[in-house]
Order: sequence, then C-alpha cells, then structure tokens
Amino acid sequence: MNAFDEMQGTGAGAARPLYERVARWLSESPPETVAARRAQAELFFRRIGITFAVYGESEQTERLIPFDIIPRLIARDEWALLSKGLKQRVQVLNRFLNDIYGPQDCIRAGILPADLILQNPQFRLEVVGRPPPHGVYVHVAGVDIVRTGERDFYVLEDNARTPSGVSYMLENREAMMRLAPDLHARYRVAPVETYPDQLLATLKSVAPRGARGDPTVVLLTPGRFNSAFYEHSFLADKLGIELVEGSDLFVRDDKVFMRTTQGPQRVDVIYRRVDDDFIDPLVFNPNSMLGVAGLMSASEAGNVTLANAVGAGISDDKAVYSYMPELTRFYMGEEPLLNNVPTWRCREPSALAYVLDHLDELVVKEVAGSGGYGMLIGPTASKTEIETFRRKLSASPEQFIAQPTLALSTCPTFVGAGVAPRHVDLRPFVLTGADEVHITPGGLTRVALVEGSLVVNSSQGGGAKDTWVLDD
Amino acid sequence: MLSRAADALFWTARYVERADFLARVIDAASRMAALPSQYQGSSTEWESAVSTSGAGFGFYGVYGDANEATVRDYLVFSLDNPSSIRSCLNTARANARSVRTALTSETWEALNTAWNELNSADPAMSGEAFSRFLDWVKGAALLIDGAARRTMLRNDAYWFFRLGAALERADNTARILDVKYHLLLPESEAVGGSLDYFQWNAILREVSAHTAYRWVYRDTIRPWLVADLLTLNRQMPRSLISCYEDASRRLDLLGDAYGRRGPSQKLARATLSKLAGLRIDDVFAQGLHEFIQQFLNDNSRLGAAIHDQYLT
Repeated sequence: MNAFDEMQGTGAGAARPLYERVARWLSESPPETVAARRAQAELFFRRIGITFAVYGESEQTERLIPFDIIPRLIARDEWALLSKGLKQRVQVLNRFLNDIYGPQDCIRAGILPADLILQNPQFRLEVVGRPPPHGVYVHVAGVDIVRTGERDFYVLEDNARTPSGVSYMLENREAMMRLAPDLHARYRVAPVETYPDQLLATLKSVAPRGARGDPTVVLLTPGRFNSAFYEHSFLADKLGIELVEGSDLFVRDDKVFMRTTQGPQRVDVIYRRVDDDFIDPLVFNPNSMLGVAGLMSASEAGNVTLANAVGAGISDDKAVYSYMPELTRFYMGEEPLLNNVPTWRCREPSALAYVLDHLDELVVKEVAGSGGYGMLIGPTASKTEIETFRRKLSASPEQFIAQPTLALSTCPTFVGAGVAPRHVDLRPFVLTGADEVHITPGGLTRVALVEGSLVVNSSQGGGAKDTWVLDD
Repeated sequence: MLSRAADALFWTARYVERADFLARVIDAASRMAALPSQYQGSSTEWESAVSTSGAGFGFYGVYGDANEATVRDYLVFSLDNPSSIRSCLNTARANARSVRTALTSETWEALNTAWNELNSADPAMSGEAFSRFLDWVKGAALLIDGAARRTMLRNDAYWFFRLGAALERADNTARILDVKYHLLLPESEAVGGSLDYFQWNAILREVSAHTAYRWVYRDTIRPWLVADLLTLNRQMPRSLISCYEDASRRLDLLGDAYGRRGPSQKLARATLSKLAGLRIDDVFAQGLHEFIQQFLNDNSRLGAAIHDQYLT
C-alpha cells in the first residue's frame, strides 16, 4: 500500500516545501544528538509523571507514550479546511443530539432507522425531553482524522463522550520547545497554550442560567487508577479548578456541593471524565462508586451542567457515524466538508454478506468500541483471527461495522534504525460553548511505531508527535 | 479547598517525614552496631531501631531476630510493612498524585523523582552502597521539603502540608527519646556511664544535632541536656516545643483564613503552653517515660481533631 507521506508527498524526490526546513534540520543533526534528545524526552516525561495506565496490566504499571521529536506539520490552508470541516461536524452532532432527545425529526424524515437510535444502549431515555443548558451536548470533542492524500482528510471517529489526549497536545509542545528549540525557531508555529483558557471559558459559558456570579467549575475524575488520571490532574491544574472524585461531591435539595475544609461549597458546572454509566448510581449502574448519587436529578432540575452532557455517547456509535453525511445535509442544508469513511453496517443483510466475503480486505470494528480494542484489520490478520471474527459477526451482526483499510498518511519518525515513515492520525480538540465553537490550532498526532502498523492507539503501543500548525 | 486534598497533603508530608526519620534511625543503628560489644546496650542496636520505628509488632510476626539484614528488609524495602521507607514513599507519592493540582510542580517532581529512584534501588546492595542509600533518602526528604518551602503559595494547602510534617516530626522525636532512654538502658548501668554516653550520642546523631548541642549548651553530653534539647528547647527545630509552635501557627493561620477556630486550635495551644511552662527538671521528676507517653497521646488526639475539623 503506497501511502501519502507528510514530508515527501507521493514522490520519492525532494521534500514538500512545508517540510524543507525539517529535512534540512534532520540532515544537519548528527545521529548522536538526536539519540541524546530522545533520551532527554523520555526523562522529561518520566520526571513530570506524564504516564498512563494500561488496562489489564498490573496497577503499579505506569507507561510513557513514546514521544517522537520530528513534528507533524500542517499548513495554514490545510488547517483552514480542517477547522471549517470540524466546526460543521460538531454543529451537526449537537443538532442531532438535540433532535433525537427532542422532536426526533431525523427519524421521522427517515434519515436513519428508528431502532438504531431507540434500541441503542447509548441512547439515554433518562434525558429525553430534557435539553441541557444552552442546548449544548458535546462541549469537548476530540475528532480523529486521517489523511490519505494531498487534500483528502477523513473523519474516523467523533469522540463526543470524554475524549482524552489534550494534555499530550500541550506537553508535547513543551517538550519540543525544550528539546528542539533550534527547529522550532525556524517556523512560525501557532501556539496551543491558549487551550486551557478556552476550555474554562467554554465551561463557564454553559453554566445553568440560574448560577450566581462567577460559576464554580470542577473536573470530576474516576480517580488515580484511571488510565487518563494524569490528564485530569493536569487540566484541573491548568484551569485552576478543583479536581474532584465522586466522594467529594454530594447532592442536597437537587443542588450539587463539594466537601471542602470550609464546609460545603456549591458547584455549577462539572467537566466530567466519568462515563454515563457510572455518573449516578441512582439512575445508572447502581454499583458505581465513581459517581454522585442524585446528580441526574440535580441536572434535570437545571441546577448543574454536565459536560459533556449525558446521552452524547450515542453519536460515537459507529453505525450512527455512518449517517453523518446524510445528517449534515439534513440539519445544515450543506455538503459535508470532511469525508466520512465509507461504512458497511453489518446490521443490513446485504452489507453483512459483502463484509463476510471480504474480511481479508476490510477493517471490522465494534459499533461501541474505542481505544483500538476489539477490531480486526483484515489485511494483516491471521486466518484464525479472521475466522474468530467471522463467527462473532454472524452471531451478532448489529454489533459491527466494516470499513475499507485506509492508507493512512505516514510521517518521518525516529525508529531503531534511523528515520523511517510511520503511519499517523490527528486528533484536534473542538470546544463548543453557549455562543461559539473554538478549535485550538494543533492537536495530538499519534504515530504507529511498528513498521506498517495502522494502529496508533497508545494502549496498543502507539507514540505521539507534536503537531505544528504553521502561520507561513 | 477539598477536604480530601487537604487530607492527602497532610499525609504526604507525614510520610515523607517518616521516611526521613527511618533512614536516620537505621543509619544510627548501623554506626552503633559497629562499636565493640561492651559499648552496646542490653538489647542490640537493631532491636532498638525496630522499637523506635514503632514496627515491633509486625516485625516480630515475620522475623525472629533483629539484625542488619532483617531490619534492612523490613524497615526499608518491605511492601508488607506499611511504614517501611519504600511504603512511606509509595504512600506519599500516591497521596501527592491524587492531589497533584495542590502541589507545585517542583514539589511533585522532587517526590516523583525520589519514588522513581527508590523503585530502581537494589535491596541486596552492599553495605557501603546502603549507607549512601540512607543518605540519599535524607537528601530526598530535604529536596521535597525545600521545594515545598520555596515554591508553594502560603495558603491552606501549604499549611496542611506543614501541619502534617510538624505532627509527624513531634511524634518521631518523642519516640527516639522514649526508646533510647527507657527500653535500652540496662538496669545496672549508672546514668553518665560510658554506655550512656554512646546512647545519648546516638540520639544526637539520629537527629543531626551534635553541633547544635555544643552551641546551645557548651558542655559535654549530659542526658538531661539532650532531653532538654529535644523537648523544651525552642531553638532546636525538631524539639517537641518547636514542632508545636509550628503546628499551632499553621492552625491559627487556617483559623484566620477560614474565619473560625475549633478544637484543633485549642488542643495545639494547650499542649504548647504546657510545654512552655515546663523545665527539664520537672520532666525528669515526673518521669521522662510518663511525660513522653502523655505527649504522644496529646499528639494523636490533635491528629484526630484536625481530621474531624478539616479532613472529612
């Protein structure tokens, strides 16, 4: 498979103009310097404790996301195209969620089948007819984008629940400025450090209308055993807000309070990094120790805003995803600016038949899966893996979709043997407040460090790069 | 601030202080153990180290005999002993990690670096390396403490952090005195004998107070003066009275900031004025052991009061 290379484009000759200075920097830096910088990077991350836990490994395990010091560059005009498309995308998501938890026009108009929504485990009956403050469901989206050619960008996932990774966007920049200031100085790179301020402004803007004075915002974390705990504490720190666990909050008279050294203090907005299922044991999973009893009724009473709103997760369903082009036309009356990956919904018999016949060419994913878990990559899978998936598919086809294997673009990356192309994706972060949508120029570029691998997830051994949106 | 965060800060500082204390106790024991046997007490220095650490019960549940190897194992590296140096730093780091936002990055990095390094230490290291290791633990505690002092905002987070350190330090100082004086001195040995001299010397070594002693008293080592230095002397930063001046001040600052004082301010003041009204002769007349037991009780009552008033 011949992939588009971020530095070389499609040819093998000179670097794309955008990357000329990177190419020169690479040729000027002796390999020892580069190796020393990589070691420094690892030390830097280890010391400040930017680690993540991998589920299934022992509790004490804290791993680093390997950091690659060759940045991924995005030209101003490429970014303009992307950010316009992303803005359109989250607007559609928010309209869609307002619709399905409200009048359900899209179902009535036959845009998508009723059972896909109404029987979806991510469809939360509890919030039907109860729109969140200011009508925003998806305050923070971390949209996964892949590139297959000069102007070809595809959205892979919308990640409208509790996307993580933004701390890496910020810390990777810090690391780059320390490790390769000479390269950074050769470009005019759009800053990313405004993100925390934008996030705080976004969260404050969606406070309940009745909130008095300056709204109190907190970040709700499942706690230090969660794989993204570092990010939670990092963000709370940057935002200057309290990092709370479920046990720090309580609900009285449908109002939310936190326990402080000075007694109870009222909370207006909760940036929650706890899934719907665990957020309120009275409404969802009764065994959850992570949530707060009574939170949903406080939310229904309009006394607290949850970001992202409960119920937003249904738009992460991969079968729902496949309707995004139709939904864009339906709600916005315009063509989608970003491509959707063509998707076979295995719930449809003809699609299923096609998928079963072409398992060795397709990527098969669970509709509710994430994090690179539970997927089949046909072209690189073994016969046994394919047969296992064939059985799973036939048993519950509605649980799966299939997509063609995309030739993700590659980006030069340091590997054991020097610099080599490795596949990358891009996760920019889109903030939606009461009045505006804001996108920080940049994002998290993940890189599959294994040669030929298309799986960039950190839980599957992916690494990360700094992402530079260039002003010139 | 969140009660849970205040609690975590309080205990982070306590556990770092405890790790430092253990390193000192073990270091002093190693030096004493190197003396010819006629200079040693009725029980060995290793037994003394175990009792001073307060881990006697757990220790003798696992080992029959206190010697360098078993002490090193249990008091330094064991994860079964919740108060080993390794467990202390694990717990301190876990607490700090759960409230990273309340610590400065300098303080967190000092603690996280110590934790990373401790995890790569080899429990089977040579004696010489072990002695360097104990110095390293003390140095790590200094770095963490120094980072907090130099970088943290002077607000409730800092006060809870220092409060934890002050209470733990008072507890540790009291224990050293108690164990050395009452458990180790053999019945037959007269106060002021050669054995006595080395025991009191060891105490001063444990708390790095040799020079301080000379400067304050300008005298040879006398038991009542060593006891005075560690209990009632306001110049000595780890004396009981200094720890309580510190604790009391932090509590008053908290009370002022929150506009309300409660049982913990009252208890801390009461202990402080009791200490301020004592002379060392009174302490010995009352019995050093009894005095220290009373103090340890007061100290844990204060801990409980702080918990009830702020940390839940």
